[in-house]
Amino acid sequence: MGSLGQVIRRWLDERFGLESLLQFAKKKTVPVHRHSVWYYLGGMTLFLFVIQVLTGILLLLYYRPSPNEAFESVQYIMTHVKFGWLIRSVHSWAGNLMILTAFLHMFSVYFMRAYRKPRELTWISGMLLLFLALGFGFSGYLLPWNTLAYFATKVGTEMAGQVPLIGKWLLVFLRGGEEVTGATLTRFFGFHVAVLPGLTTILLALHLVLVQKFGMSVPESVERQWTATGGQRREMPFFPNFALRDLMGWYIALGVLGALAALMPWELGVKADPFASAPAGIRPEWYFLFAFETLKFIPAKIWFIDGEVLGVLAFGIAGLLWLLIPFLDRKPGERWRVFFLGLGVFVVVFIAVTTLPTLIASLVK
Amino acid sequence: MTMPSHPVAEESRAKSRRRFIQVVLGSGIVASIVSFLYPALRYMIPPTTGELGSDTVVAGNAKELRANSGKIFKFGSKPGLLIRLRDGSYRAFSATCTHLDCNVQYRADMQRIWCACHNGMFDLNGRNVSGPPPRPLEDYAVHLRGEDIVVQRKKAG
Repeated sequence: MGSLGQVIRRWLDERFGLESLLQFAKKKTVPVHRHSVWYYLGGMTLFLFVIQVLTGILLLLYYRPSPNEAFESVQYIMTHVKFGWLIRSVHSWAGNLMILTAFLHMFSVYFMRAYRKPRELTWISGMLLLFLALGFGFSGYLLPWNTLAYFATKVGTEMAGQVPLIGKWLLVFLRGGEEVTGATLTRFFGFHVAVLPGLTTILLALHLVLVQKFGMSVPESVERQWTATGGQRREMPFFPNFALRDLMGWYIALGVLGALAALMPWELGVKADPFASAPAGIRPEWYFLFAFETLKFIPAKIWFIDGEVLGVLAFGIAGLLWLLIPFLDRKPGERWRVFFLGLGVFVVVFIAVTTLPTLIASLVK
Repeated sequence: MTMPSHPVAEESRAKSRRRFIQVVLGSGIVASIVSFLYPALRYMIPPTTGELGSDTVVAGNAKELRANSGKIFKFGSKPGLLIRLRDGSYRAFSATCTHLDCNVQYRADMQRIWCACHNGMFDLNGRNVSGPPPRPLEDYAVHLRGEDIVVQRKKAG
């Protein structure tokens, strides 16, 4: 007769084959090379997502999704509920950090061309998850019902309204009517806490299964090097070596998150007033700045098409092409490799140039 | 040059070092888990909202209440029961049944206070006389101020 722990373990093992699962985790390996550090970003994003789920559930205990109560309920959370300010601040900061790590993860995958065969669907599921994360950001932004959020939602949904053919329909669908009202708030709340989490769960499961099935991708340069040196692959066991390193990455993310949430608590702002003028310096969250700033530079009319329509259309097509990268980057040869590298650099520089000036200006202010 | 240490002693030193590191790391992890859980658990307990408003409320108008009838009025966030007896005098009680929190009502036919949920019965002094209620209803002081019927919470003790 062993200890209680052993008894429980044996009980579970008899029913679920725990031992074979552990063996599997021990056999799984992760490649070791000079770019291995990028492997931690996906796990970090997942970790921040889990924090979002947990703090989101906590916020649901007090939040009220109606235009008369939303702002007041968030105010109540921040001023009356014990640690309410911290929970809300962690939720806002973790959301932003999650989108940041997701972007970094996406670009690291892009530049290592990890989307190559057979990982096309891993890329696509990851990109769709990133779109969902942006949807989370957009819908969650409105929920405190403050002035900034109100006008950002007006502008954002208006942009969706510029899409040719289905624009009008899309706008009414998103707003729950012609205007941004309480109906929009209820709708965004539904998207934020039910629709998007449901879709995310399915896609996340698919993404993780695919990562598990194909293992970590090794960059071509590293693979060539390994082949040149006699086919010797350097690897480390997933469990416990990589898992513990992953854990350290999560701990770092947690440290950064805790410091940001405690030292720079997320502001609540002023309650939204649909009949007030939009305040100066209004801007969306940083991850939408590249679109927001670009639209400022497009002339009102190009040939016979409205500037906004063209801009929205261009971003839509660019997004679609980016999503389909694994199917576009298929031709072998140095020329194509350089082209896609250049494209990636262009996109990074474009985002940096359109985002950073406004972001820095608003932080300095 | 130092003397090579005994292999057994070396091993036990390594073991105690390992143990030390395990304890330090382990307690660090436990401490941080506690520091995450405590705010979350504390957050879940809703703040106590102190009883707002004064201990006095205007429960009704002298003209609106006939003899041998009762009405429910709002006393802060809780319901109260105002009764006008047959002799024209007033009584006021908390309308929350002491059994399971239902709202009681005045039964003119019995001249009793009755709780419909579990057939609890109180007399006109608020005493629990039959059925499951374990305690009498809290009674309030009633004053007339002009036409207004003013109900006041009695001071404790």
